[in-house]
Amino acid sequence: MTKAKRNRLIYNMITYGLVIAAFIILQSMVDAKTITRSLKGQLVPICAWVVMAVSLNLVIGFSGELSLGHAGFMSVGAYTGTIVSGWMLNVFDVQDTTLRLVVAILAGGLMAGLAGTLIGIPVLRLRGDYLAIVTLAFGEIIRNLVNVLYVGIADGRLQASFLKKTLPSQAIMLVDGAKGAVKIKPISNFTMGFILVMITLIVVINLINSRTGRAIQATRDNRIAAESMGVSVIRYKMTAFVTASVLAGMAGALYGLNATTVVPTQFTFNQSINVLVFVVLGGLGNILGSVISAAFLTVLPELLREFSDLRMLLYAIVLILVMIFTNNPLIRDFIGRLFQSLRRRFSHGSQDETTGGETK
Amino acid sequence: MIFLDNLINGLSLGSIYAIIALGYTMVYGIAKMLNFAHGDVIMVGGYMAFCGLQYWGVPTVLSLVIAMAVCTVLGVTIEGLAYRPLRQAPGLAVLITAIGMSYLLQNLALMIWGANPKSFPTTFINGSSIRLGSLNISSATVYTILANVIIMVLLTLFTSRTRMGKAMRCVSQDRGAAQLMGINVNRTITVTFAIGSALAAIAGVLLCSSYPILQPTTGSMPGIKAFTAAVFGGIGSIPGAMLGGVLLGVIEIFGKAYISTELGDAIVFAVLIVVLLVRPTGLLGKAVREKV
Repeated sequence: MTKAKRNRLIYNMITYGLVIAAFIILQSMVDAKTITRSLKGQLVPICAWVVMAVSLNLVIGFSGELSLGHAGFMSVGAYTGTIVSGWMLNVFDVQDTTLRLVVAILAGGLMAGLAGTLIGIPVLRLRGDYLAIVTLAFGEIIRNLVNVLYVGIADGRLQASFLKKTLPSQAIMLVDGAKGAVKIKPISNFTMGFILVMITLIVVINLINSRTGRAIQATRDNRIAAESMGVSVIRYKMTAFVTASVLAGMAGALYGLNATTVVPTQFTFNQSINVLVFVVLGGLGNILGSVISAAFLTVLPELLREFSDLRMLLYAIVLILVMIFTNNPLIRDFIGRLFQSLRRRFSHGSQDETTGGETK
Repeated sequence: MIFLDNLINGLSLGSIYAIIALGYTMVYGIAKMLNFAHGDVIMVGGYMAFCGLQYWGVPTVLSLVIAMAVCTVLGVTIEGLAYRPLRQAPGLAVLITAIGMSYLLQNLALMIWGANPKSFPTTFINGSSIRLGSLNISSATVYTILANVIIMVLLTLFTSRTRMGKAMRCVSQDRGAAQLMGINVNRTITVTFAIGSALAAIAGVLLCSSYPILQPTTGSMPGIKAFTAAVFGGIGSIPGAMLGGVLLGVIEIFGKAYISTELGDAIVFAVLIVVLLVRPTGLLGKAVREKV
């Protein structure tokens, strides 16, 4: 086993270990009822946002494409999940919540994956900022479409209409246009969230350490070189994009079934940007970073509640400062030197461990 | 008649998009960054003009000048404080900083002016209307289209005739070479931000004259649309921004009028996608050949 391989293995084990430990601690806090109410309500959303961040990191960090429409896939998943769950309950009378949740999540992932494939085929032929704007456009289109979608159950069947409400008045409405998905029975739970996070981590980590993953990273590092080595750029970018959209759809189903209503305005462009912020603050191509920053930044606004009016202001300022401090070469040099001198002082001049500090 | 009515409305909305898109496209061409905070500079411009008219009781033209001055200072400050330290940083870092700036401006506006929508006062810009046969054209429409044409002409003259304008074109072509020729790149970028922000203030006042509701998020959707317009016309190109903006406005109004009110935005974005698939660099964008 080479040193690099061992380091990667250790890093992955730390990622899994931390997530499992966090789950055990939080779950035991829930069981012992020592958890605050606001944090308890945040447990499932945290899992959903972690999945979102890790999957977006696959697109941005590993395949190197800036996607600004990730929330669109989440909304596809959320709507599909709530519809499927309501359909199973009302038509087939499935009372088992776990079964309903699992099927809903799978269906959400499937639909989002379909959407991702449809979108990816044209989009991934574009480059750079154009790709960003087209994903943004697709996110907005999806939001607009669900805004005029009506789905309900009438005469024991699932019925849907578009643009106008043509369903019979006695129908049980599942999705009611701009009001969103209504009267959802919340069935998501923290355990399922944790399982979804673990599945996401296993899928993404195994993918990026496979032959496919290396090909994906090669297309990021140098498109032309990769192409001349026989790597089909579009195929591998598609793989990353569709995998990420499936995961986002699953996260959406989990998130949607955690509340009683889901409205289209929950999945705007700003939400995509939020996930992007998680990914960038956690570090591009850094899975553990995405997990931590998504979890932390989801809880942060709650922690800052006492500053209520100021919290978004503080958030914005922190975001700008972090970006400047981590990216300005002068400041980074200064911090790097500071660390180096500290390290030298503590390790009495032994230099063999200083392998970090290389930049892309 | 309804067709003509819609066309004029579309041209008016498109002119607003075009003026905003100019700010995006100039900054993108010269600094190679997407200035996401641009939409919020529009909002600040709208609020400043609102304050001038409502609270300080100054004439309309003077409030417009105040708005332009404040936005210019704001744009230059944002550039100097947040974007300049990141001149060498990867594009994504600058993008996130710009997003942070956008949040910052929105939340500052929320603190200063509150969340309640303010209704923009009636001025000579939107106070009257002109009758042409059976057409009824609001004066805001006339002023908007007029402003668009004037700005277009002035900007074209500026970039082709003046020293600074030429410097801008040099920097957008090749920053390194421009620097070697003795062009002060940082100053050029600052001037670009100043012009873009002043235009944003004008756009803000025109936007609020046509759609007189003002709140901290007023700028974000027009900002995104104008950005789309800039890409539509070919980002980095000034005539492209004009063309893209006007076309986008017309498409949006026609889509809303003839297809579906709710799906207006979706239609705009769908057209954008189709255009980009056929012409991947936008309508007037130049294809850059890739060198190996």
